[in-house]
Amino acid sequence: MTAVLETPPAPSPSEALLADLAGVSGRRKLKNLVMTILMGASLVVILIVIVLVLVTVIGKGWSIVASSFPDWFTTDIPLSPRRPGPGMKAAIIGTIVTTVTATAIAVPLGIAGAVYLNEYGKQNVFARILRFFTSVMAGVPSIVMGLFIYVFWVVPRGTDGLNGFSGALALACLMLPIIVRSTEEMLKLVPQNLRDASYALGATSSRTTLTVVIPKASPGIISGALLAIARAAGETAPLIFTIGAAKASNWNPFSGTNTSLSLQIYANAKESFANANERAWGSALTLITLAVLFTIAARILSARISRGSAS
Amino acid sequence: MALTISDLRSKRQVGDRVFRSATLAGGAAILLILALIAYTITNKSTLIFRTAGLDFFTEKRWAPSADKPVFGALSFIFGTAVTATIAIVLAVPVSLGLALFTTQVAPKWLKKPLVALTDMVAVVPSVVFGLWGIIYLAPKLIGFFKNMHNWFGDWPILGSLFGKASAGRTFMTAGLILAVMITPIITSIAREVIETTPQTDCDGALALGATRWEMITGAVIPHSAGGTVGGVMLGLGRAMGETIAAALVIGSSPTITANLFSAGDSLPSVIAFQWGEATSAEKRSALIAMGLTLFVLTLLVNFAATAVVSRAMRRMQGAS
Repeated sequence: MTAVLETPPAPSPSEALLADLAGVSGRRKLKNLVMTILMGASLVVILIVIVLVLVTVIGKGWSIVASSFPDWFTTDIPLSPRRPGPGMKAAIIGTIVTTVTATAIAVPLGIAGAVYLNEYGKQNVFARILRFFTSVMAGVPSIVMGLFIYVFWVVPRGTDGLNGFSGALALACLMLPIIVRSTEEMLKLVPQNLRDASYALGATSSRTTLTVVIPKASPGIISGALLAIARAAGETAPLIFTIGAAKASNWNPFSGTNTSLSLQIYANAKESFANANERAWGSALTLITLAVLFTIAARILSARISRGSAS
Repeated sequence: MALTISDLRSKRQVGDRVFRSATLAGGAAILLILALIAYTITNKSTLIFRTAGLDFFTEKRWAPSADKPVFGALSFIFGTAVTATIAIVLAVPVSLGLALFTTQVAPKWLKKPLVALTDMVAVVPSVVFGLWGIIYLAPKLIGFFKNMHNWFGDWPILGSLFGKASAGRTFMTAGLILAVMITPIITSIAREVIETTPQTDCDGALALGATRWEMITGAVIPHSAGGTVGGVMLGLGRAMGETIAAALVIGSSPTITANLFSAGDSLPSVIAFQWGEATSAEKRSALIAMGLTLFVLTLLVNFAATAVVSRAMRRMQGAS
């Protein structure tokens, strides 16, 4: 029992009490055991699924990426899905172009919105409404975002409207609420006395926010933004209506149709040709690897920034 | 031309006001985008509502390329409801089990890896699940569906649900994939609300001689039920709107049937699948109207979910 007293805020309930089943009837013991096993079983279920997915993607994807090593990254997509062979350069470039453009739109807007919520609006009526609709917007299906940008942005521009920038707009709509929410959470964690100290030195509220609050919260803001970027990079539905169907690489987001890894996975998975399916697996592996690389780069970046602001 | 202190002050105040307005604009962008979505999509749907009227929602037939084209959304609404229901029925027990296992059963060192595992499922893009579903899972499921039909085909209710299976791409396949995709959402929200259970409640239950499971049903579940319901509703909203994975594995043939092992179609999936072939203004309008339907449905679910979650969170913060 002393173990309980020594660690009162322990997150797991006292092991001593849990282990002490003396005087507990057999039926209750059995129920407890069965339920514990069922809880463990749900872990096994999800473990099996994720391992199966990853093993299949890595196994099938690796064989095409590795067997055509540099070509996979340096040649464009074959014009006919029937044709064998590598080439996802266009899709890799498209994913980078659209995601980077979307990030450039959504991150500043999202941080601004979160700064308003946490530093100015706080609990006033408008801020509360805004917070509510941010949650609601986070739940709007990505395909609706795609339709919206199609109707609002692509249609008025005709066929010129199908380009990387339109796709980026749709992705930005998707990222915005995620960034607002995660950034506000991070701003909340900045201690009030830092702001007070800054005001006491004569800084204005804008200066305080820009030079004290945001730098302090930046590692958290960056990792939140990265989650949104990873989500956007994997999205397919908003791009179907907005970026066209290019097979050649295009670095320019503002003119010409484009493509993306996610779109290529979708298109090649639908085909019945084995060659197309192979390319789909390769693209899936590339997309997942890209997302992991993004995340690792961000971790290093945010660690460096937090070290810098600490010293 | 020396600046006086009041000059400086007013200059700084202007800068401050500009900055404040800029942040306000960032926030207002969200409201603006939501309003624009509602306006533009409704606007583009009017064409189909003018020709088909409200029959659009009750018409079963979908024959866009017939001589006299018929546009009915009912079978797609049905498919959305069926796949989302399957997903919820399958995902909720697994998510709750996983959340309870992570917070109540697992030893401390295992917690972080378990959370990371759940997050990893969320990181896999939906199109990758779709690819896996169509090429790997669906062919393997045909046999399983046939077995289920043989075992339960004669049972009263299960018999009609587990009908004859003709292919691997069915309502059930889509429901399964959706279930995997919404599990991390429900799990992470359930985990968060479960963790707000006061330690004293758990200790009290154990001190009264409860087993772990009795402690969970007596102390943890009553405390976290509200928030968890909200999490499940968020999962439901996601399952309804998830497009690409469902589009790849649902079979894309609009059907209304009780047989879960039949190919079907759903709102988001038909929009994605038929967009490329939609050249007539009417068909485009019909597909956009389905997007509007989906938007309104998910909006309602998310309104309710957000309200439930935020109320539960407030109550719990007040209680502790």
